[in-house]
Amino acid sequence: MAPEVRGASLVALAEGVAAKKWKSRDLVEAYLDRIARLDKKIGSFLLVDGEGARRAADAIDKKIVAGEAVGQLGGVPIGLKDIYVTRGLETTAGSKILKGFIPPYESTASARLAAAGAIRLGKLNMDEFAMGSSNENSAFGPVHNPWDLERVPGGSSGGSAAAVAASLCAGTLGTDTGGSIRQPASLCGVVGVKPTYGRVSRYGVIAFASSLDHPGPFGRTVEDAAALLEVIAGHDPMDSTSIPQPAGRYRQASKAGLTGLRLGVPKEYFQSGMDPEVEAAVRKALDELGRAGATLVPVSLPHTQYAIATYYLICMAEASSNLARYDGVRYGHRTAEAGSLEELYAKTRGEGFGAEPKRRIVLGTYVLRAGYYEAYYGKALRVRRLIANDFAAAFAQCDVLVTPTSPTPAFKLGERAADPLQMYLADIYTVAPPLAGVPALSQCCGFTKSGLPIGLQTIGPTLGEETVFRLAGAYEARTQWHQRLPEDPS
Amino acid sequence: MPRINSQEVREIAALARLRLEEAEITRLTHELDDILGYIETVKGVDTASVLPMTHAVPFDCPMRPDEPGQSLTLNEALQNAPRRRENMFEVPRIVPGTGGA
Amino acid sequence: MSGDKYEAVIGLEVHVQLATHTKIFSISSAAFGGEPNAHTDPVCLGLPGALPVLNREAVDAAVRLGLAVGSHVRPRCRFARKHYFYPDLPKGFQISQYDEPLCEGGAVTFRLDGEVRQIRLTRIHMEDDAGKNIHDASGVSFVDYNRAGVPLCEIVSEPDLRSADEAAEYLRAIRTLVRYLGISDGNMEEGSLRCDANVSIRPRGESKLGTKAELKNINSFKNVRDAIEHEIARQKVLLGRGERVVQETRLWDPDRGISASMRSKEEAHDYRYFPEPDLPPVVVDEAWLLRAGAALPELPEARHARFLGLGLSAQDAQVLVAERPIGDYFDQALAAAPAHPKKIANWLINEVLGRVDDARKLMDQDVPVPPAALAELVELVEKGTLSGKLGKEVFGRMWQQRRRAGDIVAAESVSLVSDTSVIEAACQRVVERSPDEAARFRGGNVKLMGFFVGNVMKETGGKANPKIVDEILRKLLG
Repeated sequence: MAPEVRGASLVALAEGVAAKKWKSRDLVEAYLDRIARLDKKIGSFLLVDGEGARRAADAIDKKIVAGEAVGQLGGVPIGLKDIYVTRGLETTAGSKILKGFIPPYESTASARLAAAGAIRLGKLNMDEFAMGSSNENSAFGPVHNPWDLERVPGGSSGGSAAAVAASLCAGTLGTDTGGSIRQPASLCGVVGVKPTYGRVSRYGVIAFASSLDHPGPFGRTVEDAAALLEVIAGHDPMDSTSIPQPAGRYRQASKAGLTGLRLGVPKEYFQSGMDPEVEAAVRKALDELGRAGATLVPVSLPHTQYAIATYYLICMAEASSNLARYDGVRYGHRTAEAGSLEELYAKTRGEGFGAEPKRRIVLGTYVLRAGYYEAYYGKALRVRRLIANDFAAAFAQCDVLVTPTSPTPAFKLGERAADPLQMYLADIYTVAPPLAGVPALSQCCGFTKSGLPIGLQTIGPTLGEETVFRLAGAYEARTQWHQRLPEDPS
Repeated sequence: MPRINSQEVREIAALARLRLEEAEITRLTHELDDILGYIETVKGVDTASVLPMTHAVPFDCPMRPDEPGQSLTLNEALQNAPRRRENMFEVPRIVPGTGGA
Repeated sequence: MSGDKYEAVIGLEVHVQLATHTKIFSISSAAFGGEPNAHTDPVCLGLPGALPVLNREAVDAAVRLGLAVGSHVRPRCRFARKHYFYPDLPKGFQISQYDEPLCEGGAVTFRLDGEVRQIRLTRIHMEDDAGKNIHDASGVSFVDYNRAGVPLCEIVSEPDLRSADEAAEYLRAIRTLVRYLGISDGNMEEGSLRCDANVSIRPRGESKLGTKAELKNINSFKNVRDAIEHEIARQKVLLGRGERVVQETRLWDPDRGISASMRSKEEAHDYRYFPEPDLPPVVVDEAWLLRAGAALPELPEARHARFLGLGLSAQDAQVLVAERPIGDYFDQALAAAPAHPKKIANWLINEVLGRVDDARKLMDQDVPVPPAALAELVELVEKGTLSGKLGKEVFGRMWQQRRRAGDIVAAESVSLVSDTSVIEAACQRVVERSPDEAARFRGGNVKLMGFFVGNVMKETGGKANPKIVDEILRKLLG
């Protein structure tokens, strides 16, 4: 018997499979049915692998019958941002230049999910190469916010956030480079976690900005996200920046309560530019956390005003380098006619990349040129250290930081597309944690009068995921925001 | 005084092997000028005694033993090639000595 | 050259492929050849999402090279991305080292016409090799990525070289060195040793450097010499005509014996280096250096000096140090017959080396005459059991039949006759047959000793011990 998957938590679904309350196959059919009915309106999936999912679910169900172990996520349908390479399954990173690319290998994170018994339903829409905050930069069409189809879901992991919000799968993976998990989580009213840099392997995650790319999970609840992170986190010898320590006990932490936690409130994150409804909701959340037993500590992150410039300098430079491999020789798009090598490269890349990657390639190339390096990239790396030092100093005074995730709720499709700089500036609250490499989580802390979700961001120190989950779990336990669901589009 | 002009954008696009339409160049020149203007705010930060932070992890480069693993099969290596002949990737004629390092 | 108005100033950039099993950043085979694209993996093909993981053995090889040439090995070095577009470069960048290379300074020492030369090094850094472009008459080209990701060390010299011959000799010294260290086979035909040259000229006595040209495609010792010689001449002609040398990269055409401009300074690459974000800094600690240092073999130049100290000629020493197994063979033979270094060297150079197709196989298990066996033969000759002529015969049979000299001598009584009575009888017969010669000898014509010895040898079928023959004849003719 299939449960109602709309609004269901991943943890509960997994427990039901393990307890033989329902079959994995039933869950898969229920989600595939929802995707078939609803995703035309939302656009979160780029590829649905129904056959593969059914096969994998049947295998899990067989094991359950045979009394074999199926893993922590046994039988639960999940989705992957299309930036995770999947063996034998087209992977595009939302770009025309990778259209048709069938990877002969698998990302570590998705392999770990599969090993834990999770069922891959398909690949999720995203901004091209994870460059964007609205999902409008996807080469394969936008994603619509399940709370208001005329609005963006955020980005770049827009499909991953929307799919969870609309109950099109039980949980998803995204990536966060400057906010690409937390901002869409905020705009879609779900939980999104950007763990510590190096906590989740980047192997098989198509690179945007290597020193800033953080794979991480989306869940309906804090515990769902914790359960996913427990599976994908941990050392991977295939990624030289993977942290050697074993993964933490995030689920347990999410239920541990926040007694005694000191919450830092960085003053720079509560300055002008914030939507009043967002500010009101976040301040209310702070009060709630205070009442729950946390101590609020005012702190300062003095280099916050440089974070966006620093972030964009670094990510554009690294992006220009990471996108150099797309040349039409070994895989992906290749221009139809090229009389020379130069033409092969220039036409292939000119045709294959969308406007945002082009913008970043040109700017990244500009700042890395001989003679410009020190003034731009080198400078950004130094300011990056100052920003990381800010966090270290703040965490000497408190255990976690609490801030808004996005200065505004979801905006309308097309509203900001014409002004890239304004779009970049909206990343103000999310770019600093990846620069420092520290973990951060976004969860819903209220709704605007018009019914759009508002996000609360919790930032922890390096490898402080458990503390972040303690706070987020405790907040969720005292509030009902996460239970509110968007209407299914008709 | 603009920070970047369309000629520079053209040169950079050539360096990045990116063919751009004239309209794209015009638009990019304006956008990049805006973005560069904003980005220059970092120039005001005193970083004289600050070391660059190239990595967000504090450990040294791990190293692996020199042990062979599973190579791709020829089909796996070549299955995505837009153009191939037998077991090689095909490209337009390379005039020897025209490029490379 | 000495009467020449100009002197050449040459620096070499030498690429050495390290002989590891796997690639520098991934697990596919680094072996030469193979079916095109059969030695590939997601990392070396530059597939999206693939990440480099450093091969410890490649670093260790580079460390050993650094220690062998006396470089400062950085306790922390870094990889950096070097960007350019070319089909053989799968990622659009090479993972190389830039401002923090593994090794700095040091020098390569070798002998040119017997004189010790020391060429200072700027640096040695690690990087990944590119694949191979294959040009085709059909109007398209092809790419094979088997070589992509093979570990390379780039050895950059200071502009200390002064002639084409010296540059070639320097390159040879590097080849010998990397073979001694066992870190590369140094094979120029297969591309495991490659070289670019920066060449400029300046008036003698001038300390400022002239404008340099970079020569590419000079991947044989002959090409190195020819191309540099041609370039020096070309620049002299230019300056002689009052023209300037332009800074440019020139491609050597070995078939036509000329070079052509490939790109000028203005067209030079802008490599846009920046620290490789996928690889944290590489740490080589003191313990590693000590371990690597302790494992270094005796190096060619030290060995050369030691061999001279044993009384070997410079020429012989040169031959013995050319490949490490030759010197090793010599040393093992010498250990078994310590009194005869020069003789061992002669036998090794004239007999052994002439019979092996590759001197690098000299220390293999199946070499027909192992060092101890050669030593035994040398002892037999030096003791007088065998004459030189017989010794060569015996050596031939040792090589063919894989037998020891002692066995051959014992089994086939090929040894020299040392029985004095037999020899005395033969001597007596010869002296009696030749009264005139005996009289002339006694009269002072000592040269006739050769005549008597020769006849005694004939009498004994060449088996008489010449020392004893000499003694007895002197007694009889005294």
